[in-house]
Amino acid sequence: MQIQDFMNSSLYKRRQRINAIMLTLTAVAVVIGLVWLVWILWSLLSKGLPALSVNLFTHNQPTMGEEGGGLKNAIVGSLMMVGTATLITTPVGILAGTYLAEYGRNNTLTRVVRFVNDILLSAPSITIGMFAFILFYFGLGLGGHANSGWSGSIALAIVMLPVVVRTTDDMLKLVPNGLREAAVALGCPYWKMIFMICYRSAKTGMLTGLLLGIARIFGETAPLIVTAVGNNFFSTDMSQRMASLPKVILDFAMSPDDNWRTLAWGGAMLITLFVLFINISTRAIAARGK
Amino acid sequence: MSLSSTQTVRKSWLDSAFKNLTLVNAWLVLLIIIAIIGSLAYSASDTFKTQGMAFLWRDAWDVGANEYGALGPIVGTLLTAGIAIVLALPVSFGIAIFLTELSPTWLRRPLATAIELLAAIPSIIYGMWGLFVLAPLFAKYVQPFLMATIGKLPFIGQFFAAPVLGVGVFTAGVVLSIMIVPFITAVLRDVFELVPPMLKESAYGLGGTTWEVVRHVVIPYTRIGAVGGTILGLGRALGETMAVTFVIGNAHGLNTSLFAPGNSIASTIANEFAEASDAHLSALMALALVLFLITTIVLSLAKLLLARLDTK
Repeated sequence: MQIQDFMNSSLYKRRQRINAIMLTLTAVAVVIGLVWLVWILWSLLSKGLPALSVNLFTHNQPTMGEEGGGLKNAIVGSLMMVGTATLITTPVGILAGTYLAEYGRNNTLTRVVRFVNDILLSAPSITIGMFAFILFYFGLGLGGHANSGWSGSIALAIVMLPVVVRTTDDMLKLVPNGLREAAVALGCPYWKMIFMICYRSAKTGMLTGLLLGIARIFGETAPLIVTAVGNNFFSTDMSQRMASLPKVILDFAMSPDDNWRTLAWGGAMLITLFVLFINISTRAIAARGK
Repeated sequence: MSLSSTQTVRKSWLDSAFKNLTLVNAWLVLLIIIAIIGSLAYSASDTFKTQGMAFLWRDAWDVGANEYGALGPIVGTLLTAGIAIVLALPVSFGIAIFLTELSPTWLRRPLATAIELLAAIPSIIYGMWGLFVLAPLFAKYVQPFLMATIGKLPFIGQFFAAPVLGVGVFTAGVVLSIMIVPFITAVLRDVFELVPPMLKESAYGLGGTTWEVVRHVVIPYTRIGAVGGTILGLGRALGETMAVTFVIGNAHGLNTSLFAPGNSIASTIANEFAEASDAHLSALMALALVLFLITTIVLSLAKLLLARLDTK
């Protein structure tokens, strides 16, 4: 049989062999990716869980050599700065995204802003931090010190902004035009149409964008090194240096003190679990919406 | 006209007010990036005045003598990002092929999510993990092995000969590669899905194996997008700060060995910013400006390549 001859030919066998080898390699690549993820999470849990206790949330950071202690001042500092950044970024990002999707659609300004926004999305966060530092350093009447909770919040807000702009733009573009036309045909003013129809339809997606933005800045360290710097004591004064979880983790992890290192792993585990929780739940929301 | 004139006037007033409000905020995004470049350039101007343009290619970093040169950090930045790309590309490629061509449908979503979660982990976590978990293993097993094998080769060997510390340029590159895998994979998956099923079906119809279809149909069809995705990954790796700061070893000066400690632009800034003032601070601002410009150019290139794909 000719088919039999073909199947037995060395060329056919060689091709089959190469195919099997390459396909196995792609599976190996997947395994490599998963191994990294599991390994990192395992390290975090095995080293972070011993630090987990009520004290972590109710005690301030200890001095070197002191036993116990927690990360209360850092957690509060992080929440205040991330919260302020969110309050600044949410209206700006949503309004900018609204222009891109509703008014500008495909004009030159929109194309340029979309382009710049994507660059900003991947820009090194430490340079954004330095920009916030300069903004306060040269005064500009912003008040507060260059190393303060305010400058940290501004830096985080700029890191978060492109995420919100991008998702708002993308989500509004998904709203069917028929809905807009129906509203306008009934005599609805344009701004009302955007609020009552577009925002309402894109609500879930826009919320997802906000949450992802918060998750992103919650673990940001580099911009805070050059702005808020950190504070060894409990402080809610935004015009002074302010503690934050990532910065305390950085300081404690690099120290020779065992207690500090344990706390650093505890904090690292908290941040990662929080960030992964937001990411997974937004995916679940998005999947349910489809 | 059935509408009374006052109603129309009020409506158009609110309409244009809201439109202008969104317009101002769109401009703000544009202004921010201009302001970043402008303010960094202004703060860095002292350095370029005192050190001249030689700042860019001189290998000197002496705070006491006010001598600054960016060559060391620039080389460190490019080297770590280069290593990251070389290691991340085949892995991302394999994952993207598996997810688009081989994986059963029910497995696709969970697998893709797991890989994307790698991108969500904050970079400081990668840094800690790299320093405390990966670096000791590198010092104990990986580096001695590489020195005993590749290190023995003529010429190439010098890049793998050094004191075995675990931390260094090579380790930073490896950690960066893990961080950029999800970004490259995401782009590759998107572009692989753009290949018309008809093309693939015809290749299968001719008797091609899965690999042959990937090699001769999918890859050529998606080349531009794949290059764009790779450059996007490069842009990410160039600007990464915390992960590199933890594991690169933070030493000034050029070194031929990849195992030796070095520094990158971002890690230099992260390490020295707190103690810097005056000329030193300006030198760090100049470094930041260089980094921002490099990443902006690289990311623009990636965007342009990927945009060409969209219009196809």
